[in-house]
Amino acid sequence: MTVREHLLDARDLRVVFKGRRGKPPVAALDGVSITIGDGETLGLVGESGSGKSTLGRAILGLNRVQSGSIAFDGHDLFEWRRRNAREVAAALQVVFQDPYSSLNPTQTVGQILAEPLQAHGMRDRSELARRVYEMLDRVGLASEYVDRYPRQFSGGQRQRIAIARSLMLGPKLIVCDEALSALDLSVQAQVANVLMELQRELGLSYLFIAHDLSIVRLMAHRTVVMRHGQIVEQGPTDELYSAPKHPYTQALLAAEPVPDPVEQRRRRQARAALAQRGPMATA
Amino acid sequence: MTPKPSPTKAPTRRDVTVSLATVTNSSPAVGSARSAEDRVLSSRRSPGTIVRLLLRRPVAVISLLWIALVSIASFAAPLLMPRDPYETNLSKAYQGPSLENLLGTDQLGRDLLSRLMIGGVEPLSGAAVALSIAVVVGATAGILAGYLGGVFDWVSSRWVEISMAMPGLIVLLVVLAVFPGNTMAAMVAYGFLIANPVYRVVRAATFAVTPELHVDAAKSAGLGALRILRRHILPRIMGPLIVQATLVAGVSILLNTGLGFLGFGPKPPATSWGALITEASQLIVIHPWMLVPTGFVIILTVLALHSIGDTVRDITNERWAGMPRRARRRQVPAEAVVVDQQPVAGPEGSALLEVRDLTVAFGDDRVRVVEGVSFAVNAGEIVGLVGESGCGKSVTGRALVRLLAEGGEIVGGSIRFDGKDIASMSEREVNALRGSEISYISQDPMMALDPSFTIGTLVGEAVQRQEGLRGSAQKQRVLELLAAVKLRGPEETMRRYPHQISGGMAQRVIIARALAGRPRLLIADEPTTALDVTVQAEILDLLREFQSRFGMAIIFVTHDWGVVADICERAIVMYAGQIVEAAPILDIFAAPKHPYTEGLEASNPHHATRGVPLPALAGSVPAPRDWPTGCRFAARCPYATPDCKEAPIPLLSPGPERLSRCIHIERVGTREGVTK
Repeated sequence: MTVREHLLDARDLRVVFKGRRGKPPVAALDGVSITIGDGETLGLVGESGSGKSTLGRAILGLNRVQSGSIAFDGHDLFEWRRRNAREVAAALQVVFQDPYSSLNPTQTVGQILAEPLQAHGMRDRSELARRVYEMLDRVGLASEYVDRYPRQFSGGQRQRIAIARSLMLGPKLIVCDEALSALDLSVQAQVANVLMELQRELGLSYLFIAHDLSIVRLMAHRTVVMRHGQIVEQGPTDELYSAPKHPYTQALLAAEPVPDPVEQRRRRQARAALAQRGPMATA
Repeated sequence: MTPKPSPTKAPTRRDVTVSLATVTNSSPAVGSARSAEDRVLSSRRSPGTIVRLLLRRPVAVISLLWIALVSIASFAAPLLMPRDPYETNLSKAYQGPSLENLLGTDQLGRDLLSRLMIGGVEPLSGAAVALSIAVVVGATAGILAGYLGGVFDWVSSRWVEISMAMPGLIVLLVVLAVFPGNTMAAMVAYGFLIANPVYRVVRAATFAVTPELHVDAAKSAGLGALRILRRHILPRIMGPLIVQATLVAGVSILLNTGLGFLGFGPKPPATSWGALITEASQLIVIHPWMLVPTGFVIILTVLALHSIGDTVRDITNERWAGMPRRARRRQVPAEAVVVDQQPVAGPEGSALLEVRDLTVAFGDDRVRVVEGVSFAVNAGEIVGLVGESGCGKSVTGRALVRLLAEGGEIVGGSIRFDGKDIASMSEREVNALRGSEISYISQDPMMALDPSFTIGTLVGEAVQRQEGLRGSAQKQRVLELLAAVKLRGPEETMRRYPHQISGGMAQRVIIARALAGRPRLLIADEPTTALDVTVQAEILDLLREFQSRFGMAIIFVTHDWGVVADICERAIVMYAGQIVEAAPILDIFAAPKHPYTEGLEASNPHHATRGVPLPALAGSVPAPRDWPTGCRFAARCPYATPDCKEAPIPLLSPGPERLSRCIHIERVGTREGVTK
């Protein structure tokens, strides 16, 4: 392993999607660079079509990258993945938004959790069982759930299962692609707490992709704001939220309704003033 | 309004762990017959379970027995036949069933039962060969084409198209011309021909499963393609594949019989079902009975195959997809609903809408999903109907305009609008009311616009219906409406189709259409949930403007407390089908009077400090079938005492214009760690 500064260092990534029916190709990622440190959560916010999910999928190898480079844990990620996809899979994991389609309905919880280990050659049944039960406990699921099917669980419980699965191989970085977005408020808080606790205990890094600004403010150490496939602003979360510099970030933050009627009325007036002062940053 | 840690104790990690532990019971499984280790990798199915599942379907059992009987009788015919099928006895020709010849005799006095048995070998073995080829070739090529796509898919799909365009019967006749009398060769050829529809079904099913996220997750876990196909794709396409296979088996038997009927069977005196039919049909006038046993056996065999297909599919899928509905049905005891004396109303005034004791049930077993909901809305007022998924807020919203989803029904209560009861109106009366007096807009604007019409037509339709305008007057009014909802370039927008506009524009079009009749009440069901925040803010501004300009009342159904704070004047909080709290907006945020409202507001990340665990409510909303008799929130409530669970909790009034369904109102807000 070579000396490295960041866990992940993505430079100048470009992903182009073919245009549909004669339309010109679209650059979903247009020269994006990010870094993620060990034990750090990088928040990635933006509206639909901003390219935030594309960035996550590009890092996971689920979207083809046209140009740019990613250094991950001291390796060239693309080259490493070509050489040994399993090794990469062990270190780089994902939790998706939809807890319904992200779990195979035909597998039991135990099978879902054991599968990554089996794919990496573990055959010892008692060791497999030990690791599965340990992980269930870690994400706060009862051990008796081990032979049940995904349909028997609520959205929050499914998301815990997905998190448990992503942890089975001891990853260093987990891409959370809108991982909390589909959950109800009360359940979202439970799962957010699980993620934060795991980070403290295991020193995990997260790439936390979300359209909900307030949950990113809770989770992320640093935040990147994306729009039209480009980064418009980035910085430490507290700074970025309290003093956004780019007009788009300002508009985004001003548009988010806050659960406080008095504060919200003030914000609404400020937003109206912002809109009048110059051309709104929104399209 | 950031959360101030109370002087006594801020939420610590211990709290979180405790709340996690209460969500689930983390005790290791004991008393199970199977060891903990076994349970990890295997499902709970034992052979006994499969038998039990089968016994619940008598038709399938009979079908299986029938197929077994026919197969044994045919393939073991030389041992089991009561008589020699080739022994002629002209003195006994043309006989009906008798003790000596159970199914009678044919024109040469040969025993029909014995001939039927030996005649089954040909169609059954032919069908088995065709079926194996069709499934192996069709399914393998189909799953690979669906999963890999690209060149393999292109080549195999073109091949299938070409071979499906070839006249199958002629192909079979050519094969039979090359191999005279060899029906097995024909069945092999037929196996390849009928692999084509199998290929198409399997490919389509694989296409549907492949983009699912669990396949992406499997790729991200480093699983190889073979393992993904075997563990993630194959189990999901087994259902259609099994059904297709039994159809193929049935068709193959019929085809073999047809070939036999045309004289392509074994040389006489050897026989097959098809040949038996030929003989019988030639003698139908003299001895009609001869057709009965063979025809009966063929029809029953094909029917049995189809019924087995459905059952095997159900049983394979039941493990993970749950039992079919009918097996799960269970009576829900009809409990007394607490009728709330006070309708939840705003400040005194003549209410525009007054809902009393509204109860909505779904399905054949009438599961109640909304119970005893009472509230009122004044003219020009914006009321939020707030809650998490499954609380009944959307069902309530839809019930108000009688637009309940399939199976839903208002089973109690009244909805008085302008003095008339919507709940008891005829469909025609409700229809007249919709759009003109009450409009409804839903979450997904794209789903609500018919993709085959232009925006101009879609809005024009509403204008014509509500105001009777046509031609240029209609166009004028459409332009007015589109301008009112601040769509840029209304002229150009009119000519566009729904797929050519963005989600935010689509929601504006929906609102324009909803406003065409100048309704006095708008029911907006999560109208901004699918939109980006900047667009959401613009839509909220728009709705607020219409409320103040036209005095239109709005019932705003939402789960987003930020939206509630932004636009609503009063909030009604629902939980598990009931109203649990109602209050003016400032009060409900400043001092919630129900533990659920309090818990929700506390777990809102907006109030949180980065990295500090959120004070989360444990557990999740119970399903309608699991609603307890007492307080429905008690299981998750930090204040719950035994008396909460004893009897239904009534709505109490802790202050002017405020209601709360809690008998411990005085303690709400005192819990350590949950402070405002």
